[in-house]
Amino acid sequence: MPSNPGSNPGSNSGSIRLQVTRYRPESDSEPRFQEYDVPLRKEWTVLDGLNHVKNEVDTTLSFRWSCRMGICGSCGMNVNGDPKLTCAAFLDDYAPGPIRVEPLANFPVVRDLVVDINDFMEKLPRVKPWIIRDDDALLDGDGEIDGEYLQTPEELDAYKQFSMCINCMLCYAACPVYGLDPEFMGPAAIALAERYDLDSRDHGARERLDVLIEHEGVWGCTFVGECTRVCPNHVDPAGAIQRYKVKAAKENVMAFLLPRGAR
Amino acid sequence: MSTPRATEVRVYNRPMSTWWWTRRRTYFVFVMRELSSIFVAWFVGFLLAFVYSVGRSEAAYQDFLDWAATPWVVVINVIAAAFLALHVVTWFSLTPQAMDVRIGGQKAPAAAIIASQYVGLAVVSAFVLWLVTR
Ligand code: SF4
Ligand code: FES
Repeated sequence: MPSNPGSNPGSNSGSIRLQVTRYRPESDSEPRFQEYDVPLRKEWTVLDGLNHVKNEVDTTLSFRWSCRMGICGSCGMNVNGDPKLTCAAFLDDYAPGPIRVEPLANFPVVRDLVVDINDFMEKLPRVKPWIIRDDDALLDGDGEIDGEYLQTPEELDAYKQFSMCINCMLCYAACPVYGLDPEFMGPAAIALAERYDLDSRDHGARERLDVLIEHEGVWGCTFVGECTRVCPNHVDPAGAIQRYKVKAAKENVMAFLLPRGAR
Repeated sequence: MSTPRATEVRVYNRPMSTWWWTRRRTYFVFVMRELSSIFVAWFVGFLLAFVYSVGRSEAAYQDFLDWAATPWVVVINVIAAAFLALHVVTWFSLTPQAMDVRIGGQKAPAAAIIASQYVGLAVVSAFVLWLVTR
């Protein structure tokens, strides 16, 4: 492991200061900053810097991470105020520092850099992010699923972008609407609803719309657009939400113009 | 559906500052864009008042012109024009995100969608200009 934090800290080009949020619920009434100097190495990320602190300096520091390669979505923090995957934010880009590392904005802090994302976990199933069918084409005689629904490359292309979400919550941390009104369904959940709506195998658009046209659904969004800018996987949740608004508006016009049965 | 928690933790909620919109350039532009709607409404009112006075009498039209030339109305109109420009530029640039335009199965490039709006604006403006000056 060439970038193993803590290995031979002598071979570096100086150091950089991290200002890290500390919060220990059993003793602190509010978060405060603690400073650590870490080796400034070209290939080190902010996460490597935190791991160096954890391994060499202060074992009490708490933060989440897993894959170190932008896949698991667990290492999101606010770095100098911007929501970032810390495994993809290089120390060198912030030189000479200091670098402020804070827990993701808009979420309650559990401890140090760890936030509570339960709110999102409760919202997610409400948009029914799974394939809904109104037939049972693939069920065999015993009610077991047998076979697969085929899809063309174009049909895959229609929703692929929205399926790239890694639930990193950077978009929620960037969204002032969510910060001001935690009832708001939020960018990733709505993008995921759009992902299933656009899937040619799915028939659940109507059910999802019922949830999303509520006030906390798409109409809560004022199109700040910051979610799209911070998303590490180019999901464009802001785009998904605006398209949903267009759909919802069309639905309203149809409901107004056509008798119920004709829709 | 709620996930049961093993232990109840005392979380810290960070309140959002009233000045959140001054902390990031993008937030600031957003708030200015929202604010620009007020000036759009002002211009609509201004235009309606203008058309109404033209319809009433020549004297009413002259009164309107005199009122429109008072310094404070001019100042408001200059500010409103700046906000209107901001409104146009920001919303036009956001359109490609909201509209999934496909031409022959291919996603239309964002630049083409934005450009077509400016073409539309130019055509409508030219028509209005022709209408009032003919
Ligand atoms: S939409 Fe993007 S920023 Fe939001 S949770 Fe998914 S991957 Fe992260
Ligand atoms: S550690 Fe997995 S995304 Fe950063």
